[in-house]
Amino acid sequence: MELNNNVHKKWKEIITPQNNIFSLNFKELWEYRDLLFILMKRDVFAIYKQTIFGPLWFFIQPILTTATFVIIFSRVAQLSTSGLPPILFYMSGIVIWSYFAECIMRTSTFLKDNSGILSKVYFPRIIVPLSLVVTNLVKFSIQLLLFLIVYFYYYFTTNGAIQPNMYALMLPVLIALIAGLGLGTGIIISSLTTKYKDLIHLTTFGVQLLMYGSAVIYPLSSFKGSKYEIFILANPMTGIIEAFRYGFLGIGEFSWALLGYDALCVLFFLVLGVVVFNSIEKNFVDTI
Amino acid sequence: MAENILEIENLSKMYKLGEINTGSLSTDIQRWFSKITNKPDAYEKLAEVNDRGTKGESKFVWSLKDVNFNVKQGEVFGIIGKNGAGKSTLLKLLSKITKPTHGSIKVGGRIASLLEVGTGFHPDLSGRDNIYLNGAILGMKKHEITAKLAEIVDFSGIERYIDTPVKRYSSGMFVRLAFAVAAHLEPDILILDEVLAVGDAEFQKKCLAKMQDVSQKQGRTVLFVSHNVAAVKQLCTQAMLLENGMVKHIGSVASTLEIYQETDKDHENGIRNTAAANEKGYFTSWKITGQNVQDEHSCITGETANFVFNFKCATRLPVCHVYIRITYDDNRALLIANSKDYSDNYFDLEAGEYNMNFSITLPVKTGKYGVQVALISQNIIIDTWESNTQLTVLDNFNTSGIHVNEGILNLRTGFNYQPANSFGLSPN
Repeated sequence: MELNNNVHKKWKEIITPQNNIFSLNFKELWEYRDLLFILMKRDVFAIYKQTIFGPLWFFIQPILTTATFVIIFSRVAQLSTSGLPPILFYMSGIVIWSYFAECIMRTSTFLKDNSGILSKVYFPRIIVPLSLVVTNLVKFSIQLLLFLIVYFYYYFTTNGAIQPNMYALMLPVLIALIAGLGLGTGIIISSLTTKYKDLIHLTTFGVQLLMYGSAVIYPLSSFKGSKYEIFILANPMTGIIEAFRYGFLGIGEFSWALLGYDALCVLFFLVLGVVVFNSIEKNFVDTI
Repeated sequence: MAENILEIENLSKMYKLGEINTGSLSTDIQRWFSKITNKPDAYEKLAEVNDRGTKGESKFVWSLKDVNFNVKQGEVFGIIGKNGAGKSTLLKLLSKITKPTHGSIKVGGRIASLLEVGTGFHPDLSGRDNIYLNGAILGMKKHEITAKLAEIVDFSGIERYIDTPVKRYSSGMFVRLAFAVAAHLEPDILILDEVLAVGDAEFQKKCLAKMQDVSQKQGRTVLFVSHNVAAVKQLCTQAMLLENGMVKHIGSVASTLEIYQETDKDHENGIRNTAAANEKGYFTSWKITGQNVQDEHSCITGETANFVFNFKCATRLPVCHVYIRITYDDNRALLIANSKDYSDNYFDLEAGEYNMNFSITLPVKTGKYGVQVALISQNIIIDTWESNTQLTVLDNFNTSGIHVNEGILNLRTGFNYQPANSFGLSPN
């Protein structure tokens, strides 16, 4: 009996052709937590190092996008901004959206971008997209700061047009939802592109389309009762953007149902991401 | 009796050749279908034994086929084989980078693999930051790295540059730093792929010593893949020879190397300025005899070695002489010797096979040297041949070992000092 026990204890690990596609080794992930932070540090550093303006780019991008949106959608197309200053309205959408877009775009190429390391050393591969999502928080924070500056300017110059409320405290939850969504879909795309490379062209295009199908450039209320409303509601980012605008700007409505649906979407994509990734993990190095 | 720390059973890995993505969706569906219906994969039957030389019929090859071996705790296990024999595939499977097609690997401890040095090094980061980055990628925790930082920096010997971005490093410094990190990993099983092939002689020696330390003093298990026969011989306690993805031999280092060299013999090619099968005659191989060294292409510095060059003569060649050229540093002449140097005699050859023997003493630093040979008959070059197999000069450990990387000669020097006006009185 004792001998038998010994035999089972002896092997720390048995490598076989199959792996369980639903499993995610949290214990192993936890053991590699230091790598997550070191990778994060590297990425943040690399962003600062490569550019002349450094973190200034983080400001330039949302400012230019906001200006474009104000001119095209507000001045030319005269879309509704629920009575809010267009700059504030668009910027709130853009800040949230760019975090999502950044997460999905970076994670969707993580296997290809890191093939050099991944084909030479084993570590839990999920560490890489996780670190990307956390790293993107740095950029998001800087853009959020810019938004808050603009926000407080309008808050004090327009009397009572902006009515923040308690739901603004939901921000961390919203960020977690965006991160989860970007991570899940990004991993799925990244996994599939190791075999079917043309998917990568679809991603850039798809993310852009998705933006027009979310509430970034118009309030959800302007589609009330329209036959297109269902498509916009189906986009998980809509609920998140609406919740953000409701909390900070006091427009639209806060819907737990919509946020609950978003949470379900996040869960679905994360689980699917793990399943898809596990099924390609064993051989992706050979095809990448 | 030490226990097995690694047990490899029927390990196989199949690869698809050529364009991986063409039509893969349809083959994927076929393979997926045979998987769910629990039939053997149809494509596996098509796969062939992997041999680069022969052009196969199938698009699928077995890079490894039914490999079985065990490694005991504390062993330094050498894996040798020609290019494409499956060594790298085996290491990739052991280090979990890719999964096997069949078979299993039972692992009794923490594995760290070093398939290249400096994996993940970021050029813009300083040496110090890269130690953390590389260490973490290799599976070390931050506090472990911090605890060993001083030791790592000391081992690398580049303290002055530790806060300089690694893109400013010379390639030698880069390798030193990278190996220093890896040498301070503390896994139960360390997997090494030819990393010792880089760096200068001094550093290589340091690495070999460190590896010996790791296995003998710390009792860790090392798997070592190398072309460097001398290193395998010095380090390993057991060795395995892979050929075309299959195990050809497992056993003592000496027996494995012997078989390896036999299989290698037929293919001893090199550069020649005449056709390989010159109609009049050509050199086929060279070796060293009469020395207490297992490897036929190694000699010990400062000791007289007998260099034997095999020459196949197809026709009568009158008034011949042979000269050899031993080179260092990419074709700079170290020694040129001619058969007529001392005797001033020419010789005549009849059709047949001859051994041309040169007795040479090379008091040079350890390392690799090129070997070139030419046969001249009646002032016409019959064959000049530069062997692909380099000469390895091994250390005799008679000299200090410091500054080994500089200079060419390896000679024991004498020294004393005395006051200049004391007319030869000794200093004490």
